[in-house]
Amino acid sequence: MPTQPFTGRVQLPVLIIAAVFLVVVMPTLNAFGIIENFTLNLWGKYLCYGIMAISIDLLWGYTGLLCLGQALFFTLGGYMMGMHLMLMIGKLGQYKSDLPDFMVFLGHTEIPAFWQPFYSFPFAIAMVFLVPGLLAYIFGYLAFRSRIKGVYFSILTQALTYGMALLFFKNDLLMGGNNGFTDFRTLLGADLRTASTQRILYICTAVLMVAVVAGCKWLTNSRFGLIQRAIRDSENRVLFSGYATANFKLFIFVTSAMIAAFAGALYVPQVGIINPSEMTTEKSLEAVVWVALGGRGTLVGPVVGAISVNALKSWATRAYPDLWVLILGGTFVLIVMFMPKGLVGIPSQIQELITKIRRKTPQADPLPPAISSETADP
Amino acid sequence: MSQKPFLLAAEGLSKSFDGFKAINDLNFYLDEGELRTVIGPNGAGKTTFLDIITGRTQPDEGTLMWDDSKHDLLKLNEYEIYRLGIGRKFQTPTVYNDHSVTENLILSLAGSRGIWHSLFGKITSGQRDRIAEILTTIKLADHAHRKAGVLAHGQKQWLEIGMLLAQEARLLLVDEPAAGMTDEETYRTGELLLSLAGKHTIVVIEHDMTFVRQISQGRKVTVLHQGHVLCEGPVDKVQADERVIEVYLGRKSKAA
Repeated sequence: MPTQPFTGRVQLPVLIIAAVFLVVVMPTLNAFGIIENFTLNLWGKYLCYGIMAISIDLLWGYTGLLCLGQALFFTLGGYMMGMHLMLMIGKLGQYKSDLPDFMVFLGHTEIPAFWQPFYSFPFAIAMVFLVPGLLAYIFGYLAFRSRIKGVYFSILTQALTYGMALLFFKNDLLMGGNNGFTDFRTLLGADLRTASTQRILYICTAVLMVAVVAGCKWLTNSRFGLIQRAIRDSENRVLFSGYATANFKLFIFVTSAMIAAFAGALYVPQVGIINPSEMTTEKSLEAVVWVALGGRGTLVGPVVGAISVNALKSWATRAYPDLWVLILGGTFVLIVMFMPKGLVGIPSQIQELITKIRRKTPQADPLPPAISSETADP
Repeated sequence: MSQKPFLLAAEGLSKSFDGFKAINDLNFYLDEGELRTVIGPNGAGKTTFLDIITGRTQPDEGTLMWDDSKHDLLKLNEYEIYRLGIGRKFQTPTVYNDHSVTENLILSLAGSRGIWHSLFGKITSGQRDRIAEILTTIKLADHAHRKAGVLAHGQKQWLEIGMLLAQEARLLLVDEPAAGMTDEETYRTGELLLSLAGKHTIVVIEHDMTFVRQISQGRKVTVLHQGHVLCEGPVDKVQADERVIEVYLGRKSKAA
């Protein structure tokens, strides 16, 4: 189903109010003790997920590439940040060693060479972009040059994610094995366990989110955006209009991998742990569900989807520990069946309903089931 | 006829699909500025021939040279061939349904096809004028901001021709432009193609003989049969040719 960009659907003033609320109002309320630290921290996590969801939609909703490995790039970004954070623990760890605890546990006496540069924060940040970006470039280059499309592309991204997760579970990789990294202490000298540091991290995340939405809005409204959607709808025609579609797909694939990686890098110091279970295929699929529920082919939809699904999950696991899976699953089914345009499509759906009632003319049902057909033919 | 070099020269082209010879030892020469009509019964290999020219299909044998043998088209891919100035209108109208009519033309405008340009390049006033001009030519000025997907079938065909014009192609490959059009629309399409002849080199594939007569006007018509050129010449001569009549036997209503 072709979808429209969100221009006109969500008005600019609403977006600005939402941005001000997230970036300024929430942290201010937290500073005055009205919003709990726990809640703000939770929202920081949601926003990281929201940014990852945008990166998925940039590929899926706008370019027609259903990537089932976005959690991999997210987690890789997190690991790069995690390496820096692990080294910053210094002698404060359990074993009072300069080495991260897991290395001492594995019998190492020296910090491996590839860990050394991560003492530098700028280097770690550079790696947050470069490592996932390079992986996306190599994978994308091979896949797009061989003209791998549709479900085959999705399956390959899933295979890549699975393979990488297996690799990270191994202790020999010296990336912490299945326990990953945790017990972080400081970032740039600030104690990560204080409310003020967490508040700053939250603000960084909210600012990044606003920047990503604004940047993607610019991108999708440029001629590049036109080409992106043309590739989604009719790639052959684009090829016969003189565009090297493989290059365009590669560009957007690498860009969205880097966006996801940056979100992952902000996620880790806020959540305080990163391990390979975050990069499994289930996590990637979950993120695709957020996009589908929020509204594919829009920029606000993925954020709305990521926040609402995770908020629902947090609430349901606490309120109904026995029933939450049913609640979550039931909601998914209802939305898929009755809201093909996702949560952000509700206003236009209501509008359609009103005009339909006013006209009182019976029309054919304009709502095909969205998810089932779309995932089958991305 | 003339000593000038060919714009497009195909020699000994063959292509078979699972043993079926879609193209069989095909020789085809095209001069710059020509308006050539290609006719032939279903399965004669017309569309496969266009597929080979535009890089969609690789032939099993033969050569295909462009612009006085300066380029070997068989070594280039789809977008490289396009960039030499070869544009194609598909048999079924292939436009971007979710884009507006104007956006369809913007995507087809001649110029850089790079990523950088797509991000930061601005549409010049000259290009804007060109789009307005094309919209008038293809009679879609009133529909400029409508989505291409909601256009009528004939309008989509015109939009696709407009996209070839925006591209400023040297060679227009037009596959069954009149398919699904009313007589009136078909006639206007013919007028449009005639007005472009000379400025562009055009190859038209068509079934509709009224249309072929309208646009060929004594120009060369090529008859394909079983992937091979059966005969070439003015439409009257071709239609009188015994072999052509034989090939079209049973389909005479279409040919005559």
